[in-house]
Amino acid sequence: MEHIVIIGNGVSGVTTARHIRKLSDKKITIISAETDYFFSRTALMYVYMGHMKFEHTQPYESWFWKKNKIDLKKGFVNIIDAKSKTLLFNSGETMGYDKLVIATGSKPNKFGWPGQDLNGVMGMYHKQDLESLEKYAPNNKVCKRAVIVGGGLIGIELAEMLHSRHIPVTFLVRESSFWNGVLPEGESAMINREILENGIDLRLGVNLKEIKADEKGQAKSIVIAETGEEIACDVVGLTAGVSPNIDFIKESNMRNDANFSIQTGRGVKVNRFLETSVPDVYAIGDCAEQHEGIGSRRPIEAVWYTGRMMGETLAQTICGNRIEYKPRHWFNSAKFIDIEYQTYGWVWAQPKENEARFYWEHESGKKCIHLNYDKDTRAFIGINTFGIRMRHEFFDKVLTEKQTVEYVLEHLADANFDPEFYKLHEKEIVAQFNKENNTNIQLKKKSWKRIFA
Amino acid sequence: MKFKQMKILKHIGLAIFIIGLSIFTGSLFTGNFSLSQSQLDEYITSKGYKSEIIATELKKAVVTEESLNIFQFSSRVRDAFQNSNNHYDALIAKYDTEKNWDKKGEQYQYKIYGKPHTLSYDLAKKAGSGFVKENAGLLWWLTFGLGIIGALLFILPNLILLGAPGIKNNGVFLEASTNRGWIAWLVLVYLVLFYLLLYFMPDYVVNWTFILDPISEFLNGGAASQWFVYGFLYCVIMIVMAVRMYIKYRHNKYQVIRTTSVLFFQIVFAFLIPEIMTSLNMPGYDFKNAFPLDYDFFFEWNLDSLRNSGAIGLFILVWGIVLTLVIVPLMVYFFGKRWYCSWVCGCGGLAETLGDPYRQLSDKRLNAWKLERWVIHSVLVFSLVMTLVTLYCYFSGAEAFLGIKSQWIKDTYSFLIGAWFAGVIGTGFYPIFGNRVWCRFGCPLAAYLGLVQRFKSRFRITTNGGQCISCGNCSTYCEQGIDVRAYAQKGENIVRASCVGCGICSAVCPRGVLKLENGPEKGRINPTDILLGNDVDLMDLVNKK
Ligand SMILES: Cc1cc2nc3c(=O)[nH]c(=O)nc-3n(C[C@H](O)[C@H](O)[C@H](O)COP(=O)(O)OP(=O)(O)OC[C@H]3O[C@@H](n4cnc5c(N)ncnc54)[C@H](O)[C@@H]3O)c2cc1C
Ligand code: SF4
Ligand code: SF4
Repeated sequence: MEHIVIIGNGVSGVTTARHIRKLSDKKITIISAETDYFFSRTALMYVYMGHMKFEHTQPYESWFWKKNKIDLKKGFVNIIDAKSKTLLFNSGETMGYDKLVIATGSKPNKFGWPGQDLNGVMGMYHKQDLESLEKYAPNNKVCKRAVIVGGGLIGIELAEMLHSRHIPVTFLVRESSFWNGVLPEGESAMINREILENGIDLRLGVNLKEIKADEKGQAKSIVIAETGEEIACDVVGLTAGVSPNIDFIKESNMRNDANFSIQTGRGVKVNRFLETSVPDVYAIGDCAEQHEGIGSRRPIEAVWYTGRMMGETLAQTICGNRIEYKPRHWFNSAKFIDIEYQTYGWVWAQPKENEARFYWEHESGKKCIHLNYDKDTRAFIGINTFGIRMRHEFFDKVLTEKQTVEYVLEHLADANFDPEFYKLHEKEIVAQFNKENNTNIQLKKKSWKRIFA
Repeated sequence: MKFKQMKILKHIGLAIFIIGLSIFTGSLFTGNFSLSQSQLDEYITSKGYKSEIIATELKKAVVTEESLNIFQFSSRVRDAFQNSNNHYDALIAKYDTEKNWDKKGEQYQYKIYGKPHTLSYDLAKKAGSGFVKENAGLLWWLTFGLGIIGALLFILPNLILLGAPGIKNNGVFLEASTNRGWIAWLVLVYLVLFYLLLYFMPDYVVNWTFILDPISEFLNGGAASQWFVYGFLYCVIMIVMAVRMYIKYRHNKYQVIRTTSVLFFQIVFAFLIPEIMTSLNMPGYDFKNAFPLDYDFFFEWNLDSLRNSGAIGLFILVWGIVLTLVIVPLMVYFFGKRWYCSWVCGCGGLAETLGDPYRQLSDKRLNAWKLERWVIHSVLVFSLVMTLVTLYCYFSGAEAFLGIKSQWIKDTYSFLIGAWFAGVIGTGFYPIFGNRVWCRFGCPLAAYLGLVQRFKSRFRITTNGGQCISCGNCSTYCEQGIDVRAYAQKGENIVRASCVGCGICSAVCPRGVLKLENGPEKGRINPTDILLGNDVDLMDLVNKK
């Protein structure tokens, strides 16, 4: 029986395994050094905040793996010997494979800051980071202040986490406004406000210079590069992005002969079939890097959904139905403290030449939508929605059918996904659009028929 | 600063609440219980006891200068009834051996039937005196009053303490009260004891009825019974805990409206209307309480009482049947079982207010789901068999049907399901097993609604395409123990018999994945071979295979 070995029990690896099992009875082994069972990385924050216990982040009960004949192996792979199709563990054990899936995810970026490896300095990616946070920041007596370096999605989650335990937080963000490499100005400003309203000390446009240690080798303060200001703290969170967790592959390549060297860039290079440069070795999820970004996507897509979709696709290929990884329209979501965010299609931070924008913000300053469309063809390109939930299926269809922005506005009621009885803002939104654009779009009533068509 | 003050306020509230609760509990141990000879005589005549020795036995027991507390009083009264019955049992046995059938037969009329603690309760209600009874108003303030004020002081600061509106489950699994810690166990013991006393030893809580006598007299013209105490307490607790819900979910209109609805139905339908009907000499009836949750609707005593109540009785009889057979399933078809379970029902109402802090404790394992299906459907069958037997016997005059004695099956059901499952376990176990143990595992009406919801309804929880990140908040906070995530992460809509439509899964989801909605039946259960977002042509897949 063919033996499929998957390194990494994150969402990509596990999705692959599940779908291979659906399609075949191949022998499947999943290897991880992190935890015994698959858990949802995206939910780590809720464990620290006390919304859930760690076990709640595990989507499958522990009998699931045995029942589905998916072997789990705890261990760290040091070397892939692609020639003999053998894995070498740091324990000295070995394991053979017929096909290998590399799904080793990411690791937090560290940019060589002085003091970045001190005690009390941590990323927020692995379960071990959570344990370390629990150790150094159990409450505001032990941790009198924490400094977070890097203003992305994980950074703001970490800020919210610490805030939930009433630990004062200073949040260093390199950009001049939160996440404005991705978010347009209005949305970014809204999140700045949200951070400040929660009493988080947001510092925009600053970089970390160094982390200073106390006599026990634990972080005691940080210094800001631009101002030289020193801020006393007990914990430093490094959340300046992530990069593929593939050091061990680079290591392996040095030992393998050239024919069996797995080509890497920032990540493991893969083609559209998720195949690496070595036969029978595949890479998916955060650690995979497309030779060229698909459509407007980046070559490395470190998000949950893409890892899952690559897993679904790769399972087909491994089970004899070789198909390309073809993600549909981009979508994503996040939550910035109390403000939910969803996006469908593309809304770049800066409009491109052919693009026109429409921005509506609710008077509360906590809800907004931002539409992106083609100036000339009026084709809808994407939407950011903050504080209002919208239907994925609706926008997926709109994008596939290349509908216009007018169509989207007319059917905004179909798109709404907020819970029942919520106040709807569609009229207001359409009215503002009409005013700004001298149009006369009439909002249609919600229609189940259209929604389910 | 404001934060600190609010915390202090919260602590003061807790202290006041505990004082109120202590006085409430302590009041049970107060008072003197004795009767004068004339009171006793009057009582015995009013009851029509034929026993010749009960008068002397009771006189020995309770016509006394001694100051008896309720426990001593109860024990003496129960002994007195026991002695009387023993006396006649001995005679019965004697005549039996003598084969003196006539004499034997005569003795039965002297026996006194009824639960010992209930007999004792009736007497205690008359025999009680003391501070509590004489100062009912003051005691109301010291117990209910302090409890309400304390609880509100504990709850209201959350407006500030929880921060801006939004889901704030911070610390739920870090605190002893909500994570099965010692506080939770303490609350469990208190609640279980409360229910045991209420159902099985009402005489022990007779002092509580004294506190509420004035209110009861005002509402229905009669003294308060232990059930009045329960009903009143139920409403008070729901109101106070609804305030907590309003604050916690103030950003979520579905929750606010739903909470208002259960509150309205509890106070008006379950409490006020029946009380007012009683005062008008009608049978007190809760118009929203549908059979088979209302399991004694078809019991003889109820049917008789309805038949003897003229037009209103007839109306209730017809309404009760139409409610169960037509209104309930029709509403479930249009709105899902939520219209009843989390918008109208009293049990659901308590679960959604008092029980909300415990919703995360429900068991999500697959085995729990299997157990659930067995148990809840068994209870449904049990209730239907019981009703069948009862009705058959009622109309035919027989004592048994299909070999099952009507009285026996009714008693068994009332004891096992009505008292133990719905009360002691259903509510008592909130702090450890979550707030919907009864609704999920026991309620026969929920089983019935669930079957309709699963197979013929427009209700579903729509999963928003591929947006789920498998975080698990939805499953964790589903009071019915549904593994919502298992569906959501596959892009599958949730169509489950047990979903009560509380809407909390949707509220806690950080990615806006879930929406409770009523729509066309077609497409309710959606195909999910490949998640939305991945452009895999399914026909392609099938053809290539
Ligand atoms: C705090 C946080 C919040 C996030 N929130 C979101 C979100 O809201 N939405 C979203 O789309 N994405 C989010 N992400 C990103 C998302 O979690 C990742 O994209 C996703 O988990 C990647 O999955 P993966 O399977 O590729 O890798 P991973 O989940 O990283 O799994 C890889 C596993 O492989 C193991 N491993 C690595 N090397 C070896 C080795 N040599 N031997 C053995 N085992 C090894 C690792 O220990 C790890 O367990 C978040 C990430 C974090 C950290
Ligand atoms: S599935 Fe959602 S709506 Fe249904 S009972 Fe569970 S939490 Fe409530
Ligand atoms: S809460 Fe939302 S994102 Fe989390 S598992 Fe449930 S549906 Fe998915």
